[in-house]
Amino acid sequence: MPVSLPPELQKPGGAVLTNAEVLRIRNDFPILHQQVNDHPLVYLDSGATSQSPSSVLEAEQEYYEQRNAAVHRGAHTLAVEATDAFEDARATVAGFIGAAENEIIWTGNATGGLNLLAYAFSNASTGPVPGTAGRFALGPGDEVLVTEMEHHANLIPWQELCRRTGATLRYIPISDDGTLRLEEAERLITGRTKVLSFTHASNVLGVINPVEVLVALARAAGALVVLDACQSVPHLPVNVKDLDVDFAVFSGHKMLGPTGIGVVYGRQELLNTLPPFLTGGSMITRVTMEQAEYLPAPQRFEAGTQPISQAVALAAAVRYLGETGMERISAWEAELGQRLVRGLSGLDGVRVLGPGTGQERIGLAAFDVAGVHAHDVGQYLDSQGIAVRVGHHCAQPLHRRLGLVSSTRASTYLYNTTDEVDQLVEAVGNVRGYFGATDGVR
Amino acid sequence: MSALDSLYQQMILEHAKSRYGADLPADAPAVPGQPGTGQSHQLNPVCGDEITLQVQLDGGSVQAVRWHGEGCAISMASASVLSELAEGKSPAELLQVMDAFRTVMRSRGKTAPDEDLLGDAAAFAGVSRYPARVKCAMLSWVAAEDALRQAVSTA
Ligand SMILES: Cc1ncc(COP(=O)(O)O)c(C=O)c1O
Repeated sequence: MPVSLPPELQKPGGAVLTNAEVLRIRNDFPILHQQVNDHPLVYLDSGATSQSPSSVLEAEQEYYEQRNAAVHRGAHTLAVEATDAFEDARATVAGFIGAAENEIIWTGNATGGLNLLAYAFSNASTGPVPGTAGRFALGPGDEVLVTEMEHHANLIPWQELCRRTGATLRYIPISDDGTLRLEEAERLITGRTKVLSFTHASNVLGVINPVEVLVALARAAGALVVLDACQSVPHLPVNVKDLDVDFAVFSGHKMLGPTGIGVVYGRQELLNTLPPFLTGGSMITRVTMEQAEYLPAPQRFEAGTQPISQAVALAAAVRYLGETGMERISAWEAELGQRLVRGLSGLDGVRVLGPGTGQERIGLAAFDVAGVHAHDVGQYLDSQGIAVRVGHHCAQPLHRRLGLVSSTRASTYLYNTTDEVDQLVEAVGNVRGYFGATDGVR
Repeated sequence: MSALDSLYQQMILEHAKSRYGADLPADAPAVPGQPGTGQSHQLNPVCGDEITLQVQLDGGSVQAVRWHGEGCAISMASASVLSELAEGKSPAELLQVMDAFRTVMRSRGKTAPDEDLLGDAAAFAGVSRYPARVKCAMLSWVAAEDALRQAVSTA
């Protein structure tokens, strides 16, 4: 079925975003207008969780005030309206990434989505599930391939899948500049590779991985491709059909939406032969005391009561992003990302992780401050109202590869100004002095 | 004093750099095997901070606390202060200090530290107002309590 973005989400871009436009955008986000530690809040932690515009908050409230009911069952008016709102939300989110409605599965978050896939493959491996395909089965001799830069959410579910099935987990290493070593990818993607799962954009390095190259290698080897789109769908125009991946996973709370909702995209012909993960109510056709038959996707993966208000609110978030224009958002954030790298790497004793100035990156930068632990950097910044993430950002193997235990990460979104980036850079410039890390001791 | 300065008191910043007792070899065997010596490894899973800390008893009192670790200024300073404070104390005395320290750290700034008992460790009272940082300050103390019990049981 050909899929195209609904007109309201296509927005050909219009003028590029400017600070003036961003200041107007900020008016839509109530939480941004507050003082933290006697300074105006500078929120640079959207890579962890983003903030919501009023339209999203109102959509969730309106749902509870006007239409709340159980979906897909019951004949009463509210149940019909709730079902319509829920399925409209699915269509909106599907359109946003170029998918068909029945290719979108709701989960609790991206982690839940990656586990859904790993457990579905696991179920395919432990015995034939009636009406499902053997192509998802893994066993000894088969391989699952990830990369060295994965978030733990796209690593541990595969470790566990391999442990349960006897398959082997391998990873594509990175270069010192944080880019994937494609010659290694070529060597590692073989006929034994059953699944290739990798992040579209790194939550630490900021690199955007070459999806086309990796998909081509995987296709040639007959491997399934899973894309962790957590840091791409919120920030870049993403069309899953153009990328030609088999599955993609992302979280609502990182794209102006609420917590408690994530999305799995899967190609329709795959979803309808993939065994379910969670089973129970709402996902079956006929049940006897001995066995059950399952609904087609997406319902076969949505056992139990779903995150309905969250889906409705996520659709409002997607509408907000679509109306602003993903091309404009990604261009603005690319500018902020470059400004971050330029400013931070110009500071004495500050090492930016990942690609250097001028190289492509999304609007985030993780960095190490010589002689000052990331926790202390974060605390110093917080005292000036600047919110950043510190720690290993759920990527311990990546930090180890870079010779670090932790780092500090500033991540932007459509509501951040160049002034805010400059404030961060200036504050980071004072960190080593405050902690006495510039006088050679230690 | 700004809120930040009351967290990072001069005493804490100095200890974070001088790191008293931080001379345990990184490759110290996991079980030291000597009577009267206990060792404990603690990890803060939130930030990946780690410490390995050894308590050595001699003639009924703490002869030395030695450690190696990686962490923020609060956790490194805390290990340093603890090591200095522990020397020469009997296990019972050290446990009493540990109890007092824990009580202050859990108080969210509401319990004034007993400076006679806690010495330099009283400077960490400000940390208790930052719940996210209490773990950093406690890491070495948790390790020391564990190591002390082992040391006592093998003495
Ligand atoms: C690249 C990447 N993958 C996966 C996740 C996990 O997302 P969630 O915690 O919403 O499940 C995150 C968010 O932290 C991420 O940045």
